[in-house]
Amino acid sequence: MDYVVEMVGIRKEFPGIVANDDITIQLKKGEIHALLGENGAGKSTLMSILFGMYQPDRGVIKVNGKDVRISNPNVANKLGIGMVHQHFKLVEPFTVTENIILGSETRKYYFGLDVRSAAKRVEELSKRYGLNVDPYAKIEDISVGMQQRVEILKMLYRDAEVLIFDEPTAVLTPQEIQDLQGIMKNLVNEGKSIILITHKLKEIKAVADRCTVIRRGKTIGTVEVADTSREAMAEMMVGRSVSFKVDKQDSRPGKTVLEIQSLTVKNSKKVEALKGFSLDLHAGEIVGIAGVDGNGQTELVEAITGLRQAESGTVSLNGKALNGLSVRQRNESGIGHIPEDRQKRGLVLDYTIEENLILEVYNRPPYSKNGLLQPAAIRKHAEHIIQSFDVRSGTGGRSIVRSMSGGNQQKAIIGREVERDPDLLIAVQPTRGLDVGSIEYIHRRLIEQRDKGKAVLLVSLELDEVLNLSDRIAVINNGELVGIVKTSETNERELGLMMAGYQKEEAPHE
Amino acid sequence: MNNSVKSLLAVLFGLIAGALLMALTGHNPVEGYKYLIQGGLKNPERIGNTLATATPLILTGLSVAFAFRTGLFNIGAAGQMLFGGFCATAVGLSLDLPRALLLLVMVLVGFIGGALWAVVPGFLKAKYNVHEVVSTIMMNWTAYWTVYYVIPGYFKGASLETESRQLPPEAMLHQQWLSDMFQGSYVNLGLFIAVIAVLVVAFLINKTTLGYELKAVGFNRHASEYAGIAVKRSIVLSMFISGGLAGLAGVAQYTGNASSMQIGILPSQGFDGIAVALLGINAPIGVLVSALFFGILYSGRGFMSAMTEIPPEIADSIIAIIIYFAATSILIERLYRKLKLRRAANKKQGE
Repeated sequence: MDYVVEMVGIRKEFPGIVANDDITIQLKKGEIHALLGENGAGKSTLMSILFGMYQPDRGVIKVNGKDVRISNPNVANKLGIGMVHQHFKLVEPFTVTENIILGSETRKYYFGLDVRSAAKRVEELSKRYGLNVDPYAKIEDISVGMQQRVEILKMLYRDAEVLIFDEPTAVLTPQEIQDLQGIMKNLVNEGKSIILITHKLKEIKAVADRCTVIRRGKTIGTVEVADTSREAMAEMMVGRSVSFKVDKQDSRPGKTVLEIQSLTVKNSKKVEALKGFSLDLHAGEIVGIAGVDGNGQTELVEAITGLRQAESGTVSLNGKALNGLSVRQRNESGIGHIPEDRQKRGLVLDYTIEENLILEVYNRPPYSKNGLLQPAAIRKHAEHIIQSFDVRSGTGGRSIVRSMSGGNQQKAIIGREVERDPDLLIAVQPTRGLDVGSIEYIHRRLIEQRDKGKAVLLVSLELDEVLNLSDRIAVINNGELVGIVKTSETNERELGLMMAGYQKEEAPHE
Repeated sequence: MNNSVKSLLAVLFGLIAGALLMALTGHNPVEGYKYLIQGGLKNPERIGNTLATATPLILTGLSVAFAFRTGLFNIGAAGQMLFGGFCATAVGLSLDLPRALLLLVMVLVGFIGGALWAVVPGFLKAKYNVHEVVSTIMMNWTAYWTVYYVIPGYFKGASLETESRQLPPEAMLHQQWLSDMFQGSYVNLGLFIAVIAVLVVAFLINKTTLGYELKAVGFNRHASEYAGIAVKRSIVLSMFISGGLAGLAGVAQYTGNASSMQIGILPSQGFDGIAVALLGINAPIGVLVSALFFGILYSGRGFMSAMTEIPPEIADSIIAIIIYFAATSILIERLYRKLKLRRAANKKQGE
């Protein structure tokens, strides 16, 4: 067989943990090969070994049939292996071409920088693979999707034959994801080979030819994607069967909990990011906010929770206006908030779980008396949440949160917010970056809240998530409400159009 | 690896490096260290003097450590100490009160003086996001020149233009029974202030909701905001307490260890406080221990240079090297991990 890249029997051990244990992956020329596994399964370690950032303890790497030793990323580049990182490594004020040639600049007269001929080559490459990138645009002026294409071009410019994509769709809109998938197919048609690291089964189904599944550092198997169902792959990845459809009954909306009336909010750049936004949310229903990232969702949530001042308009909770109330007063009047960025907003990473679980209630009995913390009550509270929300960590309540996995951090936040028993639960991107098992669990918890008669506001960039969980969906575009639709009466296509700003044909009425 | 182990290793390496330095310059390290330690601890008087030397260091170390624990880098302890000490001295020279009351007022005023000096940078940080490193340094010089102007103008000494008047005995922390206990040492009530401050700060940081708030703001401002903590108020309050502690160092130094204030000197204890906090891993008890250790080095070095040919600067070099090792403890940790890995690998091969 002619494999471009073969990694056979790779083992890599870190102090206290075996990250890769006898993993084998074989990449055929001209295929898209998915590497599927949960967070912490060992995907990144394996690819870091291929890219020369780690040395394997055991095992063989072959490129085009020859044994190689990849001691650093430069060696990997020379062997034609390129990596598109999840977090882009671009210089913002530089142009596309300047970024691409960085490190292998074209010269003329020894010292002169020859941008023009480089730009020409970038343009050729861009055309050939259908990337549609302007070589003279500045990075800071182009969209995230475009920036990713620049990363791809960087690899092509260096004549990479094997491209590794590390979770490439995490930052993209649904439209951009489709475009990227098209680009990947173009690349393969032109003879490149691709390794796609992901835990999203839908994407694997859409583009990959074969898929290697790893779990807890071990190869579970390699399958032909066309012959394998999503469920089967998920089972291989998690080790048990997983349901994708969220089971839920019809909602029974009760009284109005949250009432937003023509709310206008400015963002940090003093531009109106939310314009005259109105929405009602009832007890016992989940309303999803669908929209492309950066269309006012953040400002909306911050204005409700009090983290940001509104310019005009009102937000009322249970009939009482919240205007002018502080974050703490709003928390105490019945708002729970699962924030978008759990590490920046939701947790004090250097505190223990116990300390994090009282983040909003530390000043109230029984957790403190007369200004003194009450460790016994705090511990009991933590143990309760850890138990009932299945938060796993090394040393129980005393573990530093920084040392926990993302999924467990998120479960801790959800436990904390749900335990406060708020009337309104705002969940922003509650499952971002989590594996299938955790996502399933969190979704069940959110529906449970709804069934208990709470109002849930779900903000998510994952259209699937919004469609699966919400009873009604409010679509936001450029800070304005495009329309509100019932989930049972809409589909992905219609929502996609509304997210792009097209009004629904018949004006939405309630 | 435990943090206090790291600090002890830093001290050990510093002492070894000091021994090398002594050996390289042609002196006997064993003798050098013998006299250095004797100089600090030989008899009750020397022990008392070591304690007195350590007193302002405990307080400035505590000041820096407290700020650091709450996410602020207060390197203006020198200015806060100077101004706090100046306020206490001014009160001591001006008010005529019963001794107990006078001392209480002086301590209070010293605390508030230092605290106000730190609140300005705290306010600038909270309101305008001015970095406290810059503003506290500027406040150092503001204190320096304020004292430079006010002392000769209003509290001029009998003979010298560059010194304040001597404090009357009632307005000093000096206590006869304490001196007698340590056989004539200048150790004074300041030591008790320092020890009480250590206990109060340890309690405040670890047991109270206020400590929880201030630390949370220090670790993660955004999460604190999310939790409903008044972030700006917390920053100002942290600086207030940190500056107050440095102010107490000024009280201990200028009305306890000394009896008058000189102009034109920014107290070195302010900057040594950073080192003390670093070596004491920003924990109150750690600060106490590391300040005492620095006290031994500082008060023993004179004796060492008197009894041997070793220059007293060697003691300063040892301190400097210890700081380097404490600051680069990450390197020590890496070395330790490498050794452990190698040992594990050897073991495996042995099997």
